[in-house]
Amino acid sequence: MKRIILTNKVASTLLFLGSVLFSSLAAAAGGGYPLDSANIDPTDTASLQRGAKYYQNYCAGCHATQYQRYERVADDLGIPHDLMMDNLVFDKRAKIGDLMFNSMDPKEAKTWFGATPPDLTLVSRVKGGPDWIYTYLRTFYEDPSRPYGVNNKVFPDVGMPHVLLELQGIQVDTCGDSDPNARDPLTGEKLCGLTVDPERKGSMTPAEYDQMAYDLSNFLAYSAEPMQQQRKSLGIYVFLFLAVFLVFAYLLKREFWKDVH
Amino acid sequence: MANKLMDWVDARLPVTQAWEKHLSKYYAPKNFNFWYFFGSLALLVLVNQILTGIWLTMSYVPSAEAAFASVEYIMRDVEYGWLIRYMHSTGASMFFVVIYCHMFRGLLYGSYQAPRELIWIFGMGIYLALMGEAFMGYLLPWGQVSYWGAQVIISLFGAIPVIGADLQQFIRGDYLISGITLNRFFALHVIALPLVILGLVVLHILALHEVGSNNPDGIDIKKTKGADGIPLDGIAFHPYYTVKDIVGVVVFLFVFCGIIFYFPEMGGYFLEHANFEPANSLKTPEHIAPVWYFGAFYAMLRAITFDIGFIEAKLGGVITMGAAIAILFVLPWLDRSPVRSWRYKGMISKVGLVVFAFVFMLLTWLGTQPATELYTLIAQICTLIYFAFFLLMPFYTRWEKTKPVPERVTG
Repeated sequence: MKRIILTNKVASTLLFLGSVLFSSLAAAAGGGYPLDSANIDPTDTASLQRGAKYYQNYCAGCHATQYQRYERVADDLGIPHDLMMDNLVFDKRAKIGDLMFNSMDPKEAKTWFGATPPDLTLVSRVKGGPDWIYTYLRTFYEDPSRPYGVNNKVFPDVGMPHVLLELQGIQVDTCGDSDPNARDPLTGEKLCGLTVDPERKGSMTPAEYDQMAYDLSNFLAYSAEPMQQQRKSLGIYVFLFLAVFLVFAYLLKREFWKDVH
Repeated sequence: MANKLMDWVDARLPVTQAWEKHLSKYYAPKNFNFWYFFGSLALLVLVNQILTGIWLTMSYVPSAEAAFASVEYIMRDVEYGWLIRYMHSTGASMFFVVIYCHMFRGLLYGSYQAPRELIWIFGMGIYLALMGEAFMGYLLPWGQVSYWGAQVIISLFGAIPVIGADLQQFIRGDYLISGITLNRFFALHVIALPLVILGLVVLHILALHEVGSNNPDGIDIKKTKGADGIPLDGIAFHPYYTVKDIVGVVVFLFVFCGIIFYFPEMGGYFLEHANFEPANSLKTPEHIAPVWYFGAFYAMLRAITFDIGFIEAKLGGVITMGAAIAILFVLPWLDRSPVRSWRYKGMISKVGLVVFAFVFMLLTWLGTQPATELYTLIAQICTLIYFAFFLLMPFYTRWEKTKPVPERVTG
């Protein structure tokens, strides 16, 4: 009898563990252009500051980050308020505590680009992480069939022009009709892909440009969840408390249950 | 002094009597195992939802124009607003995890059998109200999944013949999902359904304390009482199970806080990625998946891809989904076994239960995935097994050979 009960216990525990395992396996998903891993570091303040600088200079003209405030960015990224106001806030009417709107009229923007440029505060969370942004910024290529002469690998037929063209230069897709993921079977090298046209280089080297894309991805990941670092560090204290609580709760239980046989 | 005050109160309100009836002199079987933590955990999560919910309503703005921004305002500008919001959003999913474990415990040990049918029915009522509560709550952040998920669910009512279209409009309060829908869902989410749930929880516990708790052996501990009239295998709920449940609560909090502080989106299952984009009635997302806890029923809905006689596929799916929930209500009358616990049931019941649990988890996962041909076929087979488990229960539970049940609990 005892043995049967034991196997039942094991079986029911296994069932429970199985369900946990199953749900974690289910978390895999995919599809579309393969994303490059940005491996962002949310503790790299210098990178976040550069990201904020690039964002305000190249992106904020069209894209609002209307759920975030200038002051929050300045404080979280260690930028003094006066430096922030002088160098990173281009709206003359804006105060440090304002939300980061922009001055573009959404209706007009729609006629210019086919769609109103979306708010980017949460773009990293919408896309399930910064890798999408990192890859998107690095996969613009020449396509004369598009209104602004460029297309994008991650976001086909995107309405946005290549704003960072002067920095990156124009990329050419050398794949044509061949498989963009094909690799040399011996060396593992990619057979084709996007390369900057040597005749039309930008002001940055490919490595510098990648670093910039990284900084922007890092900044937008921060902007999507600015309390992320606070959340993680608070969690440690919560766990420490729970660990101590568990010891006392267990001892209390054991003390009371001594007389139960 | 304190005693005098207590006497004064007791002469006017039966506080001591209620304390004794429900806690200090409520005798529960001493052999509760792991699965018996989930009842008190469900209560814990309910309290968490109500408290964090109250604080969220202090800053949330229920209008189509401001709802999305007000959630981000809570996340960024309200002191610890992010913590309150993550506690609420994680609590919603964990409520279902806990409830599913609690219901599975009932299946394992026959807790729904006589004389506990009403406890099961009240519990099912809570489950149903909880599904409504979760569904309406998910509209409130006014993201893309909020909007299009609600669109899918409300359109199900459109499959009902004759009244379908009018019913849909009645639920929405508009010709499409709009701020009006958002406002009424807000009212139902913060007042109406919580009242229903709390009332049902009281009934669930009162009914339980009237007949007493079941146990992993499924035997009646009241049959063997000591000279003092206390069941020999029973121990007072307080302090024995209160101190034990505190340990369970701490272990649960490890998981709960792990999610809140380190995986608040839970890989897109607790907070879906597309819901960080504001609702847009002109832009249909590529893949609309309900939140994971509705997955099993959604998978069964989609599994009906064919007309059954004069019933169209869509209506057939809605009927199937409704039946999948409804059949749970009559479970106490489907099980004809002379024993309660699976420990003493026959092989068919045991294997059936394990297969059922697996099929339910598989359906839950399938419901969150895009419907491919293969997935639809698997969902159809699983739906068949789901119903077979219940519909064949009156037969296999009666025919199979059961093991003798001991007189006393076995630990």
